[in-house]
Amino acid sequence: MKNDKPRKNAFLMFIHKMGSPPWFYNFTGKFVPWLWAGFTVLTIWGLYLGLFKAPPDYLQGESYRIMYIHVPAAWMSMLIYIVMAVMGFIALIWRVRTMEIMAMNSAPIGAAFTLIALVTGSLWGRPTWGTYWVWDARLTSELVLLFLYLGVIGLYKAMDEPRKAARAASLLALVGLVNMPIIHYSVKWWNTLHQGSSISMTGSKIDPSMLWPLLIMAIAMKFYYGANLITRSRITLLEQDLRKGWTRDVIEGTAGEHKS
Amino acid sequence: MTPTRKRRLIAIVLILAGVGVAATIAFYSLQQNLLYFQSPSEIADISMPPGRQFRLGGLVKPGSVSREQDGLASHFIVTDGPAEIAVQYVGILPDLFREGQGVIARGTLNEEGIFMATEVLAKHDENYMPPEVADALEKTGHTVKSAE
Repeated sequence: MKNDKPRKNAFLMFIHKMGSPPWFYNFTGKFVPWLWAGFTVLTIWGLYLGLFKAPPDYLQGESYRIMYIHVPAAWMSMLIYIVMAVMGFIALIWRVRTMEIMAMNSAPIGAAFTLIALVTGSLWGRPTWGTYWVWDARLTSELVLLFLYLGVIGLYKAMDEPRKAARAASLLALVGLVNMPIIHYSVKWWNTLHQGSSISMTGSKIDPSMLWPLLIMAIAMKFYYGANLITRSRITLLEQDLRKGWTRDVIEGTAGEHKS
Repeated sequence: MTPTRKRRLIAIVLILAGVGVAATIAFYSLQQNLLYFQSPSEIADISMPPGRQFRLGGLVKPGSVSREQDGLASHFIVTDGPAEIAVQYVGILPDLFREGQGVIARGTLNEEGIFMATEVLAKHDENYMPPEVADALEKTGHTVKSAE
């Protein structure tokens, strides 16, 4: 047999393998406990530093500490959306089922982070700005993000056939990408009550003693996303493939014993 | 890439391009309406008529705050450097309201050109630091902390 296919590099091979449900299930299974452990350790460490060790703010006193929840949650709300849209894009063009599942399982996690960012922001706004809510560009575009997530979840649940539903919802997710630059640049493009970004490519406007807990919490939340997403996606795979051979192997605990 | 995949890719790219163009057009046409507040200079430029409601944003001019002895009325000046507007407000000011700090006030201009505020919100900037750092900066001539 003539081998006229171009040789795939290691990265493409990895992507290709991730598309295989049994391989995906077994491969990601190795990481799940470590991701949950990393999340737990980093969160405890970050919250301890942020709530007990970091000094109070010169202007806001102690109330600024809600930043250690609010800012990582707001960052995650946007990061997860972008990751979801990219996975949706791959799912739409290459029809990779594991990607469809991961994109769809990202939506509830992202929606939760968006809600946390909105609620903590609101609670922070009352003592600092003097109001729970204003319709400025930053707050409004973040609320639109929550509706986009709910739209993706709703569309996915509304259709009977999960693969078609995932692709339809992925398209919605891709269209919603337009909101990402609006959220990010809203504080620059328009006058808003929300202040500008403290952390940007050019540096940080947060004193180093207050910055470290924030960065640790930001990494902790990425671990949480990874752990939660993989845990959810493996369950979805099992549910969808309930009648298939590899699932039986997993349930009976014989996966990987015959044919490696 | 197979022809089917290429076709799907083109379709998605076209959809995204369409959404992008629509968003850009909306962005430019809504630019003015999305401003949450206007600065004293902007108000001066458009010569805002008395009685029309808008939001005024800027810094509280240091040394301009005075409170009436009886009641909750307070007077201060909001400035953005080149222009300033006198504000009168009856009510409780937010905790972060300080001289030299940002505020956003909603209300109308009266006949004398004084802004009668019905709501005052404090705007804070993106800087966070411990009190000692703020003191140290103050000593070296930076104005971080306003007169309290």
